[in-house]
Amino acid sequence: MAEILSLSEAIHRFVNDGDTVALEGFTHLIPTAAAHEIIRQGRKDLTLVRMTPDLVYDLLIGAGCARKLIFSWGGNPGVGSLHRLRDAVEKGWPHALEIEEHSHADLANAYVAGASGLPFAVLRAYAGSDLPKVNPLIRTVKCPFTGEQLAAVPSVRPDVTVIHAQKADRKGNVLIQGILGVQKEAALAARRAIVTVEEVVDNLNAPMNACVLPSWALGAVCLVPGGAHPSYAHGYYERDNRFYQDWDPIARDRERFLAWVDTHIHGTRDFAEFKAKLAAQQEAEQ
Amino acid sequence: MTAYTTSEMMTVAAARRLGNSDVTFVGIGLPSKAANLARLTHAPDVTLIYESGPIGAKPSVLPLSIGDGELAETADTVVPTGEIFRYWLQGGRIDVGFLGAAQVDKYGNINTTVIGDYRQPKVRLPGAGGAPEIAGSAKKVLIILKQSHRTFVDRLAFVTSVGHGEGGDHRQRLGLPGAGPVAIITDLCIMEPEAGTNEFVVTALHPGIAREQVIENTGWPIRFADQVDVTKEPSEAELVALRDLEARTAAAHGQQGGEE
Repeated sequence: MAEILSLSEAIHRFVNDGDTVALEGFTHLIPTAAAHEIIRQGRKDLTLVRMTPDLVYDLLIGAGCARKLIFSWGGNPGVGSLHRLRDAVEKGWPHALEIEEHSHADLANAYVAGASGLPFAVLRAYAGSDLPKVNPLIRTVKCPFTGEQLAAVPSVRPDVTVIHAQKADRKGNVLIQGILGVQKEAALAARRAIVTVEEVVDNLNAPMNACVLPSWALGAVCLVPGGAHPSYAHGYYERDNRFYQDWDPIARDRERFLAWVDTHIHGTRDFAEFKAKLAAQQEAEQ
Repeated sequence: MTAYTTSEMMTVAAARRLGNSDVTFVGIGLPSKAANLARLTHAPDVTLIYESGPIGAKPSVLPLSIGDGELAETADTVVPTGEIFRYWLQGGRIDVGFLGAAQVDKYGNINTTVIGDYRQPKVRLPGAGGAPEIAGSAKKVLIILKQSHRTFVDRLAFVTSVGHGEGGDHRQRLGLPGAGPVAIITDLCIMEPEAGTNEFVVTALHPGIAREQVIENTGWPIRFADQVDVTKEPSEAELVALRDLEARTAAAHGQQGGEE
């Protein structure tokens, strides 16, 4: 059964230095609050897995938490580059970052394989692409029935996956709605899964066939309203487009980025305090 | 005739390539804009699939990200991302893959990964996303991007998504199921693969564009088909639909639709 914990306790207990960690959420329900808490608690040498690193990994990489990144598309959606990711790859700041690069289809299949308890995924991919030349983990297998050459990639099996969802009930069963991305697969592929939620309710009232993760498949459920900001939580709040744009000049400059992390993450106790601080700033700037 | 920009001509020309019954896998940015313009004009029943999971999305404004809530709300169904790539793309159900690019070469191969050396890049681009498998498995592929020396290059630093590979029957030899790119639509012209070589040649110039402009903005010695048409100008209805879409998008987001 999932324990209902504070986010700080869940990160403290479940995320260790050197772990392989997946924070998933495909532009929707991105678990930003968990990333803040990982930075606050000073985790190091993490291998980060995520299809779309987004601002959430730009933060973790810039803050020096990551040793390696496994990903398939690294941009600031609708804005441009992830400057902290680029600075780490191009200039080795704040330290060298190993990258292991895939395509979306590959990583999505690798999560499915991980959730399925398989060592690798098989898919029709990469013929003619240079990606296998720079990622030796992309290999081929021959179909034993037809002889077709297919791509084989290792499954993703994180030590810890963190996802954000709309709601949990008091037993820790979780309901996810809207764009699902690979969250269910990422949670089931992990040794330990943490889910942050917008609210905890008496009854999920989940429609038949809804995406529900049962409590017994999860490690911890944490109540973190607004925890997916600046992405959106369908039915709760919209994407904060302005934050995605504001992030660009912050992340462009090392000193400005470090000052931002100091003020907004180390200078706040939790995500609620961070959100209050950010709201006050955004109001003052208007 | 209302005045229009070369970007508008590009979007309209790309939209016209989609048919009403096409099941279309849509990239964010220019492909999404053109695909939705098609849906709002001549192809109201076109099926738009986005890699985040929506199938049959009918957004009233352009998404900023590939997983905007509007795509889910207006879709016929929303499935997990793994399913999008496994059942719907790899399963052979996509008629048209609609892609943007940072760079293309004369065989319609696409680079969205890196400029310069992979380990010591001059510019690190976002990476593959869904494009390699869309380029491989969609029955045909349309590519839309603005034309310049920097985007139409003689030799790609990195082939992220394969077009016609080294030309000729290279795709068949690679065992790729789809036919590959059938058109590159730019702000200057339309290019299509030449029969046999599969090298992209100019088959239509947009109105008012001279051959020299295309030559100057292409990084390889671009060739022209024996018959080069002039693209039909955007109609009043196409321009109104496009501008309304952009205005609704700006009003909703405070900015234009996103680039992947």
